[in-house]
Amino acid sequence: MIKLSLLVIAFFISLTPALSQDHGDALVSASIADSRTLNPILASDTASSEVAGLIFNGLVKYDKEINLTPDLAESWEIKEGGLAIIFHLKKNVRWHDGYPFSAADVAFTYQKLIDPKVKTPYSGDFERVRSLEVIDDYTLKVVYKEPFVPALSSWGMSILPKHILEGQDLNTSSFSRNPVGTGPFKFKRWRSQEKIELVANPDYFQHRPNLDRYIFRVISDESTIFLELQAQGVDSAGLSPLQYLRQTDTAFFRRYYRKFKLSSFVYTYLAYNLRDEKFTDKRVRQALNYAVDKEELIKMVFLGLGQPITGPFYPESWAYNHNVKPINFDPDKARQLLKEAGWSDADGDGVLEKNGEKFIFTLITNQGNEERLKSAQIIQLRLKDVGVVMKIKVVEWSVFLSEYINKRKFEAVLLGWSLPREPDNYDIWHSSKTREGEFNFIGYRNDEVDRLLTEGRRVFDQARRKACYNRIHEILYDEQPYMFLYAPDSLFVIHSRFQGIKQEPIGIGYNLIDWWVPKKEQRYSRVTE
Amino acid sequence: MITYLAKRLIAIIPLLLGITLISFFVIRMAPGKPVMLQQSLNPKISLEEIKRLEKLEGMDKPLLVQYKNWLWNMLRFNFGRSISDGRLVVDKIMERLSVTLTINILSLLFLFLFAIPIGVKAALKANTAFGHITTFLTFLFFAAPTFWLALLAMQLFCIQLKWLPISGITSLDFEYLSWWGKLADLSRHLVLPVIVSSIGGIAGLSRYMRSGMLEALSQPYIYTARSKGLSEKLVVYKHALRNALLPLVTIVGLSIPGLLGGSIIFESIFSIPGIGKLFYEAAMMRDINLIMAEVVLVAILTMLGNLIADISYAYVDPRIRYKK
Repeated sequence: MIKLSLLVIAFFISLTPALSQDHGDALVSASIADSRTLNPILASDTASSEVAGLIFNGLVKYDKEINLTPDLAESWEIKEGGLAIIFHLKKNVRWHDGYPFSAADVAFTYQKLIDPKVKTPYSGDFERVRSLEVIDDYTLKVVYKEPFVPALSSWGMSILPKHILEGQDLNTSSFSRNPVGTGPFKFKRWRSQEKIELVANPDYFQHRPNLDRYIFRVISDESTIFLELQAQGVDSAGLSPLQYLRQTDTAFFRRYYRKFKLSSFVYTYLAYNLRDEKFTDKRVRQALNYAVDKEELIKMVFLGLGQPITGPFYPESWAYNHNVKPINFDPDKARQLLKEAGWSDADGDGVLEKNGEKFIFTLITNQGNEERLKSAQIIQLRLKDVGVVMKIKVVEWSVFLSEYINKRKFEAVLLGWSLPREPDNYDIWHSSKTREGEFNFIGYRNDEVDRLLTEGRRVFDQARRKACYNRIHEILYDEQPYMFLYAPDSLFVIHSRFQGIKQEPIGIGYNLIDWWVPKKEQRYSRVTE
Repeated sequence: MITYLAKRLIAIIPLLLGITLISFFVIRMAPGKPVMLQQSLNPKISLEEIKRLEKLEGMDKPLLVQYKNWLWNMLRFNFGRSISDGRLVVDKIMERLSVTLTINILSLLFLFLFAIPIGVKAALKANTAFGHITTFLTFLFFAAPTFWLALLAMQLFCIQLKWLPISGITSLDFEYLSWWGKLADLSRHLVLPVIVSSIGGIAGLSRYMRSGMLEALSQPYIYTARSKGLSEKLVVYKHALRNALLPLVTIVGLSIPGLLGGSIIFESIFSIPGIGKLFYEAAMMRDINLIMAEVVLVAILTMLGNLIADISYAYVDPRIRYKK
């Protein structure tokens, strides 16, 4: 009898989740900074892009495996040897105000992107377009001046509604604070420096999101965010390594929150000014790489929550070359290489010299990044062991960029790059990108890398591109223009009442519209439109 | 009095010009550029685009021309647009003003409400246990950093006792509440910020009050009053207190510009959408129009505050009278 009732219960339990994915509830996420503008072609800060990403769609997007997949487009064809892309658009898409979406909106967005009067930072990729032709309401043909592979991913740019914005000045339009898009969530309200509230779009072309609302709360202090988590005032928030490992290791957090650890799309590096005589010899840069223990940095600064990297690509992507193995920490090897390069400690003061000049340099990093400062201090200690004196200078961000990076007035810097999903790294490594304000600020030049970078953006075949980027990865690790340090893990919690969250290479947000909360666990009242 | 007032008001104009001129040049000549895009170090944003954007903001012109343009617009009450989001500077300030003003006025009231009686009591009982305990406590609170007090208070009242909300000034469902519900919600959110922001001030001001009171009580006119046979109550509250209150007039006058000032640490901890954070961010982003608007605002208020303090002195203190 007991067995039978247990069976019955088990039957019902197994049935419940399949019954329905309840609608309702709100997800409240905490953000340190407020958005600046919700016009996606003007936004260049992460907070804005995150919110705008839920309101708008591009023609293409990245799927969970980080491959390009249609979004507002139904499909695309690449023609004329990569010079032309034909987009076939979805036909059942409507703007949040009910107006149908069509190719005219795409053409309008393109014109705004290349309009010199519009303060968009994203015109670069679109200036390569020779012509954009609207064939019919749902077909577009884009012709490029030369084959350009990242072009396809550039159409992940959010599309703006022509019927609302035509004739308006985009720079000052109130649209930036009251956007209308095609995305899964509709804009509801924005209280500056407090919150942005979005509500489910019932007509979203995939399906209505299960959650009723998505609320971004601005809480500008990390300790306050952590207190809010303890009061369940926010549902998702980022964590520091210490919070992730120790402070959330409590019965309360195990009961109410689910912790996540993802590879992050950023990496930290130490870059040398290659115009500086100390760093022109490759053996010196290799020696410094041997002298610094990256595992130690990760252990000390991130309590082990990160991974060492060997090249400028996202470790989970196809472009990353896993055959490039990180060297082992080896101070003896470092000393030997430095000796080969002509550096020795003749006067016995513990500092190496060459031609009467001591090996002393200054590393600059930006203010307000505790991890970078700690890393710099550990590196300083390790370099001292091999007879190299590294001084540390911390500079405020805006001054750091305009006075040091852009003017190339540095010996070495500690910085980070974020890793776009598209592996094209042309602007950072190509030797033509060394003018003031450009991103090859270290003055790196390697003819093979130049050639591979050019090929990588001209060839559409992914296997051939992979070969290019893998070789670039190999060369960069051998030549060490940067000392590649680490990619810290991205750590955060989400309230455990949310169901349907799956962790994939791209992260977890890709299936947000499928997340749901069982009726009896919902915390926020239903809001109907 | 009228001529005096007119003179003082006219003197504000050259002062304001000088302040804005110096501020404008200092901000623009300081290292770092006011283009937000340059701050993101984003390889997707090319050099040409940054140059184009600088031109759109009119930053390629000589400094003096830029200042002249700014001044001309300012005289017509046009403070321009913020570089970070293209919104009118005036809109951005107005949006934050009510919150900052509410909190600052409430804490100022709170300040006087508590500081004066505490100071008076402490002076009257200077050498008793009460006097020593208040001295100890006032020094303790005066020395304690606001952010630390805030975090402790949050931990106690919001997480352990669950009496109050932790941060922000409204709840997430604020818009769906009734009028009374909204008022109650706002009040609940304001309790901690107001108390925490005034507690250091209460400690400081009550010390002023205490020493003013002690000084007044040792004056000859107090002996006179006592020898006339007046009641102790009358002596303390009429003769001593009124004289001890005089310095407070200066403090009120000087706190007028502070009413619109905010504190970045305090606003960050409580996540309050106030003026302090707005201008801190403006400074970090070299958002010149926003910074200049703040400079003008604070300069005018400071000068007006001084003027008001001077005038009210004349009223409350018969020893000071301005010549006709």
